[in-house]
Amino acid sequence: MRLDLLSRLMAERAARRPAILVTQLATGAQRLVTPETLAADPLSADLRKALRTGKSGAVGEDADRAFLTVEVPPPRLAVIGAVHISQALAPLARVAGYDMVIIDPRTAFATAERFPDVRVIAEWPDQALPEVGLDPFTALIALTHDPKIDEPALEAGLNAGCFYVGALGSRRTHAKRLERLSARGLGSAALDRIHAPIGLDIGAVSPGEIAVAILAEVIGALRKDGPAMVRPEAAA
Amino acid sequence: MLSTEDDVLEAALRWRREGRAVALATVLETWGSAPRPVGSHLVIDAEGNFLGSVSGGCVEGEVVSEAADVIASGTPRILEFGVADETAWRVGLSCGGAIRVYVERVD
Repeated sequence: MRLDLLSRLMAERAARRPAILVTQLATGAQRLVTPETLAADPLSADLRKALRTGKSGAVGEDADRAFLTVEVPPPRLAVIGAVHISQALAPLARVAGYDMVIIDPRTAFATAERFPDVRVIAEWPDQALPEVGLDPFTALIALTHDPKIDEPALEAGLNAGCFYVGALGSRRTHAKRLERLSARGLGSAALDRIHAPIGLDIGAVSPGEIAVAILAEVIGALRKDGPAMVRPEAAA
Repeated sequence: MLSTEDDVLEAALRWRREGRAVALATVLETWGSAPRPVGSHLVIDAEGNFLGSVSGGCVEGEVVSEAADVIASGTPRILEFGVADETAWRVGLSCGGAIRVYVERVD
């Protein structure tokens, strides 16, 4: 293994950027592929799949056999709103292996007592999100029902290319939300990426059930579609 | 404490930067009830120090000794272990699985 490639692989990982080290097994030749060089790589289809699953493995046959060492950032949930659903979501996220951070400027909600073992930031999204650092391997989940809190966060999530952006609220509420976000200058392609009403449609009623529906939808967005950078259309 | 695959790669980088001669072993493929998944790493230095695991202990000794040759020659090699190979190899996997391991020098 080339030290320079290993060094770059670890640097990408530390920066929460995905990368794959490709080793041609017949020759030992190696190269590092990043989202920027993905489209031009001869193994791009295999590499995209590897970035969605996050799994290392061998691809190709005979002389073209190659091993992919895959480094994908651990997925995170940035949850706007220290609400009931967030309380139910926290243990589910931990079991599924998603780091979670909760942001809510309302200090009565955002307390350590209500959220043991979860990072809680009692600030407005505009202040907290730059510190959290939204990226394509983060899901943005807006649950406050308060446009002043949710909407700047949704905008930040769309602009950062979060693999999932979802917002709580009925279809009517969401229609009004889209009008306001549109007035803030967001285009229809971006707005179409918001999952609303949030969560898989399984008839969820209780906060716990809604949390399950949300997490299932997040997992589907990550594993079936992946962040925009790894989808085939990103090559165009 | 158990080390993650990323910890092992970080160790490979750190050891090499310290000037140690280092080899990296990676599980390429598994069949049957192999104890460690594809992508598992073991890092080995020229003194036989190692970190990580490619088999949960069954074949590490053999991989470490092969790593010494790889460090000396610089030529990567692919090792195969499995119950069916017991006559060909000195060690096998007691679980009944089989694994293929890539061993390369970190240059």
